[in-house]
Amino acid sequence: MRFPLYSSPHGIQENHVTRLMAQVLLALVPGIIASWWFFGWGVLIQIAIATLTAVGAEIAIIRMRKRDALPVIKDLSAVVTAVLFALAIPPFLPWWMTVAGVLFGIIIVKQLYGGLGYNPFNPAMAAYVFLLISFPVEMTRWNAPLELVTADPGLLASLSIIFTSVMPEGLSWDAITMATPLDEMRTRLEMGEMIYEIREIPGWGDFGGIGREQVAFWFMVGGIFMLWRKVISWHIPLSMIAAMFILSSATWLAEPDVNPVPVFHIIGGGFMLGAFFIATDPVSAATTKKGQIIYGALIGILIYIIRNWGGYPDAVAFAVLLMNMAAPTIDYYTQPKVYGQAEEEDEQKKVTSDEN
Amino acid sequence: MSSQDDLDKLLTKLHNFHGGLHLPEHKQESLQHPIADAGLPQQLVIPLRQHIGRAAKATVKAGDKVLKGERIAEAEGAISAPVHAPTSGTVKAIEVHAIPHPAALPDTCIVIEPDGNDQWTEKPAAILDYLSASPDILLQRIHNSGIVGMGGAAFPSHAKLLYGLKRNLHTLIINGAECEPYITCDDILMQERADDIVTGIEIILHLLGLERCLIGIEDNKPDAIAAMQQAIKVTSLKRTRVIEIPTIYPSGGEKQLIQLMTGEEVPSDGLPADIGMVCHNVGTMAAVRDAVLDGRPLISRIVTISGEGISEPRNLHALIGTPISHLIQAAGGYTDKARQLVYGGPMMGISLPDDQVPLTKGGNCVLALSENEAPDPEKARACIRCGKCADVCPVKLLPQQLYWYSHAKDFDKVQDYNLFDCIECGCCTHVCPSNIQLVHYFRFAKTEIWKQEEEKRKADHARRRHEARTARLERIAAERKSRLRKKKEDLEQKKPAAGKADAGDPKKAAIEAAMKRVADKKKAAQEKQQ
Repeated sequence: MRFPLYSSPHGIQENHVTRLMAQVLLALVPGIIASWWFFGWGVLIQIAIATLTAVGAEIAIIRMRKRDALPVIKDLSAVVTAVLFALAIPPFLPWWMTVAGVLFGIIIVKQLYGGLGYNPFNPAMAAYVFLLISFPVEMTRWNAPLELVTADPGLLASLSIIFTSVMPEGLSWDAITMATPLDEMRTRLEMGEMIYEIREIPGWGDFGGIGREQVAFWFMVGGIFMLWRKVISWHIPLSMIAAMFILSSATWLAEPDVNPVPVFHIIGGGFMLGAFFIATDPVSAATTKKGQIIYGALIGILIYIIRNWGGYPDAVAFAVLLMNMAAPTIDYYTQPKVYGQAEEEDEQKKVTSDEN
Repeated sequence: MSSQDDLDKLLTKLHNFHGGLHLPEHKQESLQHPIADAGLPQQLVIPLRQHIGRAAKATVKAGDKVLKGERIAEAEGAISAPVHAPTSGTVKAIEVHAIPHPAALPDTCIVIEPDGNDQWTEKPAAILDYLSASPDILLQRIHNSGIVGMGGAAFPSHAKLLYGLKRNLHTLIINGAECEPYITCDDILMQERADDIVTGIEIILHLLGLERCLIGIEDNKPDAIAAMQQAIKVTSLKRTRVIEIPTIYPSGGEKQLIQLMTGEEVPSDGLPADIGMVCHNVGTMAAVRDAVLDGRPLISRIVTISGEGISEPRNLHALIGTPISHLIQAAGGYTDKARQLVYGGPMMGISLPDDQVPLTKGGNCVLALSENEAPDPEKARACIRCGKCADVCPVKLLPQQLYWYSHAKDFDKVQDYNLFDCIECGCCTHVCPSNIQLVHYFRFAKTEIWKQEEEKRKADHARRRHEARTARLERIAAERKSRLRKKKEDLEQKKPAAGKADAGDPKKAAIEAAMKRVADKKKAAQEKQQ
């Protein structure tokens, strides 16, 4: 009787990339439903456009590389990228911009570097920044939560807006869009208004805008699900939130009239989505535990700096991309102490300190 | 570290090692029956290399009659172990035969055809007063009995003890963890022969001049723990403790076990003896007892036969050299499900191409696994650097980085990331969501580096030889030169003396005089003509 030869260990490998990615998608579901509830059909239409484009682009590239496309598509990473990207863009963005963004993300940022596992930058965030710089007006035209608008565009009207850029009868951009709370906060602070005045704006909500705060909450729930399923570890999200919380608390305690409450920063914009779903992208993040804490904290700090002194009201994408560049270096300097090497290192340190 | 309290504190306070896995245990399958005898096979194949170190050298030849327990191969060098005939019979051949080997490479074996009498040779006398025997005598007995570590690694025990004796030891660590799934040979040995194991411990403690002994057993073996505790009670051992350790793979790794029980780490490039400890397996202790009290060399062992591919999973007491096929028959044969044959545990064992290989001293388990238990590994995907491998690595390595550099064949970087600290436990591969055979890559990188070092060593050797040759030639040339110079100098020293003699040379004077005369004549003739 002949038996096949394999290298040890022999047994079942209990994890699977596809399952991991599927759990990420599952964790996004509550946030997606909340986004749809508060911001309408545009959200789902963008997800559909982005997903189809991403999968199509990936198949095309893999075919060009003369490899089998099916296993690559089955890992669901392109779908995750597409959904994250779609959740980051304004729901009424013209369809071709979404397509352009996804093509950039999948083809240039991901596949040209070698595909999943080899991309130094987060494809969804790189695609977002690509669009933000190319189409600043469209990319900052956010629709207001449905509670605050008189007319709900509905599915058909949303399709029409996205695919033809033509406003249906009785609707106008002014009627369905409004500045995001982060944007509003920034402009009004610059105009010299006080926090308590700004908070009088309709649609402010409890912390950072009706709709947006609920969506952020449901993303956080998804994030906790991923922590529970061990899809992600706590290091990046917690350090990111903690860094942001400490910085914004300090400034808020010092000058509460011109600095929003810390929760505003954490709930606002793409922070929650970023903390749990984007900064935790393992391919482009730091991989050591210590490194992940530094990586997450620096993203939090960068977001705060850019929001306060930079040119953009939200800053998750820029902060993540900047830290993507730093990740390999962080990893190199944060290698854990290997078993049995403690004394050796101490001795080395002693030697160097003696030399000094 | 000397008070009684300190030792008891160890009982209550366990330490941790990083990572590790909770694996499905699969222990009950093979624990349904007591140990059974595997019986005498038609042929025994005894490899000369069953241990770490140099292969033993055969002391018999084809056609020789041998008796049970007779030495048939002697140790070669410091790290080696002799081999004994497991039963009486005739040496049929000394030939290259398939053995359990990671790369399925054959090696030299002594093939014995049993005569069925199982007749013992004259055994060495029992050392009954072992507690007053000199360490040298005990060490000699252990060495002559061919005892090697029976937990799987098969390191010659006397070499380990000898190294320990040269160090400042304080604790004997006994490994009864048996952390790999399926394997129960140590468990059942502890249940059935706890007294013998403890006698072995007494011998080793006396040999090493130690009092303190910690026996680590995973908490999924309550019967073994109870048996061992009972066995210790009836002895005079005051500072020996059974420590119940959590069931986390690889708690039975020597370094991990030491960390679990004492919180100390064995230096990366060192041995447990460097931090005052020496570690032995429970099976080795029983073998030591048999050697010292019965004069019985290591010619048999207990081996677990298990997996869904085995009809009656169980533990067998089998002679070293018994073909695996015979062991499987003794366990009821294969079931229809048998798909993969593994020698050792599922995590670190080696894959066997067929069952025509012999049982060796380090062979604790034979598994016939089903499709269900060990499906064909899926095609590997790209690493997504999720870090699950680093989370479970008991050595705190970063397998994702090691993989990256092994894959890129950047062997300098891969050593920067401490490749050689990898114990190949397989945890990283087990959890990898991209199904990458990480351990395989690391073995490959290690082998490549060894190969490069070997080549470098050879090149260095060649270079040194070349340099030596050049130097020798230069030296010879220089010597010749100096000899010549000396000769010349000697000549020159004679020359000045010769020069002086020239001045009074009568020949020269005569010639000069004659020349002068001719010249004078010429002058006179010219004057005449004018």
